[in-house]
Amino acid sequence: MTSPSIRAEPMGAMNEKPVMDWMLAAALVAVVAVLIRAIAFTPTEATQGLAQKIYYIHVPSALGAYVAVGLLALASLAYLWLRDVRADRLAEASAEVGIVFLSVVLATGPLWGRRIWGTWWAWWDMRLTLTLFLWFVVAAYLVLRGAIDDPGMRGRYGAVLAILGALLIPFIHLSVYLFPTLHPMPIVLKPERPSLSPEMLTTFLLSFAAFTLLVLALIRSRYRLASLGDAVRATEGAR
Amino acid sequence: MTDRNPPGVLAAAWLVARKDLTIELRTRTAFLASTVFAVLALAIFYFTWDQSVVTAADRAPGVLWVVLTFSALIGLQRSFCVEEHDRAIDALIAAPIGRESIYIGKALANVIFLVALQVIAIPALVVFYNLPIGRWIGWVTLIIVLAIVGIVAVGTLFAAMAVNTRFAELLLPMLSLPFFVPILLNGAQASTRVIAGRPLAEAWPWLRILIGFDMVFAVACALAFPLMLDE
Repeated sequence: MTSPSIRAEPMGAMNEKPVMDWMLAAALVAVVAVLIRAIAFTPTEATQGLAQKIYYIHVPSALGAYVAVGLLALASLAYLWLRDVRADRLAEASAEVGIVFLSVVLATGPLWGRRIWGTWWAWWDMRLTLTLFLWFVVAAYLVLRGAIDDPGMRGRYGAVLAILGALLIPFIHLSVYLFPTLHPMPIVLKPERPSLSPEMLTTFLLSFAAFTLLVLALIRSRYRLASLGDAVRATEGAR
Repeated sequence: MTDRNPPGVLAAAWLVARKDLTIELRTRTAFLASTVFAVLALAIFYFTWDQSVVTAADRAPGVLWVVLTFSALIGLQRSFCVEEHDRAIDALIAAPIGRESIYIGKALANVIFLVALQVIAIPALVVFYNLPIGRWIGWVTLIIVLAIVGIVAVGTLFAAMAVNTRFAELLLPMLSLPFFVPILLNGAQASTRVIAGRPLAEAWPWLRILIGFDMVFAVACALAFPLMLDE
């Protein structure tokens, strides 16, 4: 029999879930497998040569980053509305994972661009500029959170910044839209049939799945870490 | 006879703005600092280009926008720093006025501050960069006022945020500059075309986005400000 005083302990069984678990392991294995398939077992593209291989990291990372940033905006909206600490943790976790994948996108893009466009960077390219500004906003979000001690204030300020950031994106989009774009037009998602060879398409789709799984697994782990951190602070406070 | 009813939203906002402007008029520290910074920056920028390659008139619009942005940050920083002293902000929050009035009042004072700053910076630019004075002055003034409205709408909110954090001076630029980009991009593109004497229709697409930004962010930030403050 447990006495009520023990059950009232703030830490308790509230969150004993492991930070690293099968889902993260499976996601990492999937990403490694899909990269091996992309490098060794997928035909090289005829005009772009080996440079095109970077797509299998660049495009799924971009998709993953947008998933994370989308979750950040939704979780922030939910936090301002419900004031539930879980929404705030989800927002923080999504922002951290988001900035990692945005950084991968920003690092791999110029490598490909230099080879194929002949230029590292193209300011008038919409997706490039948008991704850069997403990176700036998410970075500011993380620095802002790091500079506030009070958890309630940290959550509110962060949520307001994230929602304003979501409003900013269409304006950057509209502004850059007035410039002509360089980015390759959609190759997979277009009305006619995808213009990729079947092996390349399979690798592409597998890489989307693997990276999305990795993003979700990382957010989940980071969320659990935040819960554990809160529980530790709660026990320290109770002492 | 005293009026015991609390003032309306706009009347309260005007009281807040008047308080800020009175403090600034009596001390003049922030205004002087921003003005000197703006004029210094104009002079420094002049020497960072090769005079024989790019003419002063070609680079003037760009310099104007950069100087506007960074001097605006100084003014915005001041806006909530004055409230931190002796925790004056607590009195302001406890006052029988809506929180959106605090935001609108602060923003109004900031707009007046920045417009006054440009009244000095633009003539200084014309003099230092030997610009021909033409019909563009009126349009450029309008574009700059539109840009100031946008800068202040987001900047006032972020200044209120930054002042409560550990790295206030560092955070304000980091928070606001990404949001200033659409303002500067569209403002600069529109003003460059106007200064070059192109028809107004060419500047309109950029101007339209700038006006849209002002409207969306003025409303969004006025709504977000009370949400941000509440305990």
